Amino acid sequence: MAIFGSKDTKVIVQGITGREGRFQTRLMIEYGTRVVGGVRAGKGGEWVEGVPVFDTVKGAVDATGADTSIIYVPGPGAADAMYEAIDAGIRLVVCISDPVPIMDMMKVSAYLKQHPETRLIGPNCPGFLTPSDRVKVGIIPGYVATPGPVGVVSKSGTLTYEVIYALTQAGLGQSTCIGIGGDPIPGTNFIEVLEMFESDPETEKVVLIGEIGGRAEIDAAAYIKSRMTKPVAAFIAGRSAPPGTRMGHAGAIVEGGEGSAEDKMNALREAGVRVADNPEQIPSLLK
Amino acid sequence: MNLHEYQTKQRFAEYGIPVPMGSTATTPDEAAEIARTLGTVVVKAQVLSGGRGKAGGVKLASTPEEAREVANQILGMEIKGLTVHRVLVDPAAHIEKEIYLGIVNDRSAAKPVLIASSEGGVEIEIVAKENPKAIVREHIDPVLGLHHYQTMNVASGINLPREHWNAFSSIALKLWECYLDSDATLAEINPLVITAENQLIALDGKMVIDDNALLRHPEFEALRDTTAEPEAETRAREAGIAYVKLNGQIGCMVNGAGLAMATMDMVKLYGEADGIGPANFLDIGGGAQADRVAAALRIILSDPNVKAVLFNIFGGITRGDEVARGLLTAYNEIKPDVAMVIRLVGTNAEEGMELISNSGIPNLTGASTLTEAARMAVAAAKEGMQ
Repeated sequence: MAIFGSKDTKVIVQGITGREGRFQTRLMIEYGTRVVGGVRAGKGGEWVEGVPVFDTVKGAVDATGADTSIIYVPGPGAADAMYEAIDAGIRLVVCISDPVPIMDMMKVSAYLKQHPETRLIGPNCPGFLTPSDRVKVGIIPGYVATPGPVGVVSKSGTLTYEVIYALTQAGLGQSTCIGIGGDPIPGTNFIEVLEMFESDPETEKVVLIGEIGGRAEIDAAAYIKSRMTKPVAAFIAGRSAPPGTRMGHAGAIVEGGEGSAEDKMNALREAGVRVADNPEQIPSLLK
Repeated sequence: MNLHEYQTKQRFAEYGIPVPMGSTATTPDEAAEIARTLGTVVVKAQVLSGGRGKAGGVKLASTPEEAREVANQILGMEIKGLTVHRVLVDPAAHIEKEIYLGIVNDRSAAKPVLIASSEGGVEIEIVAKENPKAIVREHIDPVLGLHHYQTMNVASGINLPREHWNAFSSIALKLWECYLDSDATLAEINPLVITAENQLIALDGKMVIDDNALLRHPEFEALRDTTAEPEAETRAREAGIAYVKLNGQIGCMVNGAGLAMATMDMVKLYGEADGIGPANFLDIGGGAQADRVAAALRIILSDPNVKAVLFNIFGGITRGDEVARGLLTAYNEIKPDVAMVIRLVGTNAEEGMELISNSGIPNLTGASTLTEAARMAVAAAKEGMQ
């Protein structure tokens, strides 16, 4: 199985009756994902996009055997949806919702430490996509990707699509593409994904797309330097951003001199990563 | 979202943290009136910026007349580009010792952390660099909260005299309560002072509220100081568009925050040698409809420095033809004379580009890659500057 999921992965959609949930459910099914159910309290028994709706995640899991969940509920209710999925024994939770309060994420993060059997991706992320298995759990447009040996991990949404598209145009297909989200407290971080790519037989090369704020890219550079054997290319967004100002993503802010693009690019270069000035250069750095 | 000192201290007071009993004034006469009941006062500029003291925005006054005079000096003053519209008039404290006490989120640990230092009154980042041993930290479990023993660890760690431990502990626990209830990402008391009367009092305070949590805190919306930001940022927020004004010449309209930053970076990469850079960060969001595109374009063009506009839209949920229609509608309303470069990729991008090229608008050109688009926008801005 590819990392995170395969064509056998059974997915339920939390918040399937909302506009976004409904629309993305259709796109996931069209791409090939096995969406087996949806959840919306009070709407159990209805059908959306040919998929049965359940009142609770537990009910959906009991009836369908789902092991993966994707969350589209609005930000203030996202933490509750995450707890429900964890308590129902879901193996992988992908949370698209934005904005999720940071305090909620710190509490969810503490709860996840007591439930190591569940992995969370996100919030505020585009999810993942594995082209060879035709499985996507999230909102990455299917047409930009094509099967191949490159693993892509990113904090961003559309910038990720841009890089995947550039790879595809250059004839470099992807093993798995994953967006971990641009929030300060992500469920899954760069290092965890890099570890998976390092041991994934389908991945030969890796692309990392980071941005200003926090030190996740610096920690990733340390991991790459000490543990990684597969080549890595990277792009860091936000070199032109002024310090102290948030750039859209909740995590994208340079604070107290920490988190600047230059520091991150330098750390990655020192770790032997090929760092692009321009995201469209990435395919040439992998050749 | 940043709160002013007076707003922060009001909130602290609601949680029982001792603060000076002052009030705010927007005119010199009001300042004098407040000073009449307080004796010697300190008049403090209320702007969302550090370094107020160094800039002359904090002054002592021993009589109401003097308070009127210094308030007159401070009101209207500019501090780091921000005009002072309000002063806080606080009774002056007799300071024996200044300490620092704050709570901030530690992203790596996914926990808040209580930070204290025996060196108050200076920025904690400076203490962290110059005398890191003066700083004590205790991580707070977000579910269980701050424990009493942790506040004692900190009091002991900064060598606070034992007679103040109980008062210090009570303030730290109340600060945590305030932090949690407010969905703050920073709450600091700097300085927390020991007065000549042997009392602990929060002389100055600062709070930052998590923007992601504002939906459940309507009370903060009323505290937002829109005079402290460019008007275009206020209008963008009302339109639901993430916009930050910068100092360059190329206006950028992009979908997605990461791609918006990368687009700005490309403008800087290809324009820096000619002194050209991005005029703004703008994320139009997913599924951008025609009216949003028009609103965003108006906001970008309200900046007189803008000499060219670069549109970079990677369609997914956002459809290229819809963006193109929005752009043409906005063009017909605004009729801007600056050069515009547009790049559409993804869902219905070809239909969108066809609409653009059939429009016959002379100052609107298409580009196929981000690199090409950035180079064209830089060239256009260069021409516009001559």
